[in-house]
Amino acid sequence: MGRAKLMESFNQAVEYIQDGATLIVGGFGLCGIPEYLIQALREKGTKDLTIVSNNCGVDDWGLGLLLANKQIKKMISSYVGENKIFAEQYLSGELEVELVPQGTLAERIRAGGAGIPGFYTATGVGTPIAEGKEHKEFNGRTYILEEGIVGDFALIKAWKADQKGNLVYCKTARNFNPVAAMAGKVTIAEVEEVDDNLNPDYIHTPGVYVQRLLQGAAYSKRIERLTVNSH
Amino acid sequence: MMNVRERIIKRAVKEVKDGMNINLGIGMPTLIANEIPNDFDVMLQSENGLLGIGPYPSENEVDADLINAGKETVTTVTGSAFFDSAESFAMIRGGHIDLAILGGMEVSERGDLANWIIPGKMVKGMGGAMDIVNGAKKIVIVMEHVTKHGASKVKKECSLPLTGKQVVNRLITDLAVFDFTSDGMELVELQSGVTVEEVREKTEAEFKLALKV
Repeated sequence: MGRAKLMESFNQAVEYIQDGATLIVGGFGLCGIPEYLIQALREKGTKDLTIVSNNCGVDDWGLGLLLANKQIKKMISSYVGENKIFAEQYLSGELEVELVPQGTLAERIRAGGAGIPGFYTATGVGTPIAEGKEHKEFNGRTYILEEGIVGDFALIKAWKADQKGNLVYCKTARNFNPVAAMAGKVTIAEVEEVDDNLNPDYIHTPGVYVQRLLQGAAYSKRIERLTVNSH
Repeated sequence: MMNVRERIIKRAVKEVKDGMNINLGIGMPTLIANEIPNDFDVMLQSENGLLGIGPYPSENEVDADLINAGKETVTTVTGSAFFDSAESFAMIRGGHIDLAILGGMEVSERGDLANWIIPGKMVKGMGGAMDIVNGAKKIVIVMEHVTKHGASKVKKECSLPLTGKQVVNRLITDLAVFDFTSDGMELVELQSGVTVEEVREKTEAEFKLALKV
């Protein structure tokens, strides 16, 4: 796919994302989300998106912005409870939802990016999640078959990058971003800093996974639950 | 007199042993962290990608990039590690987490757990609960014994959709402690001031007496 290219414009970076595309989007809650790419996609107005992301933002931030603008056709997520617009669109039948256990979701994305079409897991056995899935026993324990996920695009957020697209994440803002990076046919990464002297021993995502790179300024980094120790 | 939740938490913290790696669920289980003895070397895992959760931050320590699985701002302890979501669930699914303490809506006499969805109410999702109950070495559920209408939450069969089938090792309620073994459900402890008769009366599930004195 060629070397990652540092681009200037977020609008240009999302230009080729077509209506109906499948996007894998990094982040956990509002932590480590690609906030500028999401806003560029909102401006572009791309519709009928299938979005694979652990959560769906809140009403006025993160993926909630695309939801409010009716750009999402289907969400594949593990937890979507923080969003009123989500509930409205889901209950009216406008929005399709596939709930996937969080670890299965992470592994499905990782597998997709690693060229593994499916894997067996005990997660979900005996629950509604297992309905219709192949069951198989290994050493006396039952597992279900789960399939890898590949996206037309992956939108991710990292802390630092070099111009080869090598990425370093910050603290728990790493979350789904490294697996999302692997599973996009085209991976677009936004970062806070570009530094061409990253130590190769400390790279989290090797540049081979990243096709487009952008630097954002003044990240909002909204906090969902500000919790402080009073003493 | 301790309230219902305090009783449950005080008993649940006894499950924590020095040297363990532990995942605590959102809500009541999170409060157990405050009761862990200071001299224990315990690492708390947060499934969004941290082993070694510390206390909540002071106002000037708050970092938007550092949250727990409940999306609350936290800190880290010395010796902590960050990792991605696939690695986080590899350590859970792969049996590297010694103990998980989670909340419950219903537990059946076979150790089935329901704690993620109430049909007819808004679907929120299971998050990491299904992975955790099938992955951690020991699963302890903490919950109130009866609903606010007085109905038993300890059932013959769960009426709600399951989170996991035969996954619970121990159940701690405000009335008693139960273990789930190949012989079925056993009453192993009573909370103080509670009688076997009271437990029987408020429990739909069938259990054997195996009280440890």
